[in-house]
Amino acid sequence: MKTPFIKSVAAILSKDLRAEIRARELVSVMALFSLLSVLVFSFALELDRGAREEAVSGVLWVTLIFASLLGFNRSMAQERDQGNLDAMLLAPVSRAAIYVGKLLGNFIFTLIVGLALLPLMTALYGLDLLNGWVIITTVVGIFGFATIGTLLATLTVQTRAREALLPIAMLPIVLPFLLTAVRTTKGILSGAPAAEWQGPLGMLGAICVIYLALCLLLYEYVLEA
Amino acid sequence: MNDERPIIEAENLSKVYGSLPVLHGLSFSVARGEFVALLGANGSGKSTLLRLLSGLSKPTSGAVRIGGWEMPREAMAVRAQIGLVAHQPLLYENLTARENLDFFGVLYGIQRDERERRIVELLIAAGLRKRADSLVRTFSRGMKQRLSIARATLHQPDVLLLDEPYSGLDQAAVERLDEMLGAAIAGGRTIIMSTHQLERIPPGAGRALALSRGKISFDDAIGSRNLSEIYRSASA
Repeated sequence: MKTPFIKSVAAILSKDLRAEIRARELVSVMALFSLLSVLVFSFALELDRGAREEAVSGVLWVTLIFASLLGFNRSMAQERDQGNLDAMLLAPVSRAAIYVGKLLGNFIFTLIVGLALLPLMTALYGLDLLNGWVIITTVVGIFGFATIGTLLATLTVQTRAREALLPIAMLPIVLPFLLTAVRTTKGILSGAPAAEWQGPLGMLGAICVIYLALCLLLYEYVLEA
Repeated sequence: MNDERPIIEAENLSKVYGSLPVLHGLSFSVARGEFVALLGANGSGKSTLLRLLSGLSKPTSGAVRIGGWEMPREAMAVRAQIGLVAHQPLLYENLTARENLDFFGVLYGIQRDERERRIVELLIAAGLRKRADSLVRTFSRGMKQRLSIARATLHQPDVLLLDEPYSGLDQAAVERLDEMLGAAIAGGRTIIMSTHQLERIPPGAGRALALSRGKISFDDAIGSRNLSEIYRSASA
């Protein structure tokens, strides 16, 4: 007897949202890191407005990837440290449901931070990051990070050096995705013709689908490992 | 499931972590409704054995069957029949006692009305009714352990695996836990309980299974035997 997939996903997601609303352990850490990161970059690049405009999409995505690494690590550490991952694994729930539940939680928490960054960076960097296409790119990019990050955090959280291992494992894998996100955002912000950035944006979406499919297939093996 | 067949069967069960052998070729079976006291010194392999029986860990070699299903390959079929109380409480600190039980109730596929009824019953049995809506992070070790047993029995499993459930509890918590365990025994559950506190083994416990350095050093009915002697010989 297996508990229905959707019910299991909804229960895991609702549990994560409720716990985060109470503890504010994930979003607050990610938000604080992101705030400091964009402020540091803003001051560092202040003297050269051209360079700042050139670098803004890179600053956005580098900030988001490192903030998400913090969040994914803490999210899985909360499951691991109290043995709750074992408790979930004991239940008649598909491993894919556990993955999707955790993925959606990670996605929502990182998205909150990502969407809060856009107006802040608009004010600091003088470029309109509240453009609809930038928002779509941010949503797609964060979903891509969350797919891979949730899988790898499950693997690395079982090790003693988990804080160091997650970036080491994740950054090489998401580098092409990260560069595509930077390129897409840069194209949108520079006012380039849509044909120049819609291709990369479509590619981001396609990579998300591939990441998701691979992670769903691999998650059970990662849990066993 | 066939009632005459042992509910738990282990055949030549071995577990190696890296290059460290923890269990060596254990073979035993447990009848339905039996209470087995699992004894042995620290590091003798008790927790590893319970993890293998629960399907949380894979044996390096050998086989475990619960209710005729092979673990962990066919674990999904029997997960709802197993309850585990581990060293850690396996509870979410930032959820209330009720929310914790409700969450696990959903994962075990218990329908809402039935879930709510059982949660209230278990909270009363655990002496936590008044703290049902308090966050678990505000609970004492004893309260968490009682809630942990409520979590493990919420889905009314046939097999209850208890790993040192009495460790770190004060007298009041011990007595409350005795009551909960007594109710589980009276309910006809098959129970394997590892413990160093021999006085906590219920008088009706039928059998002791002692491990020493990953091997079975004693496996027999307790009867009139002295548990301390069994424990000492197993730990030697």
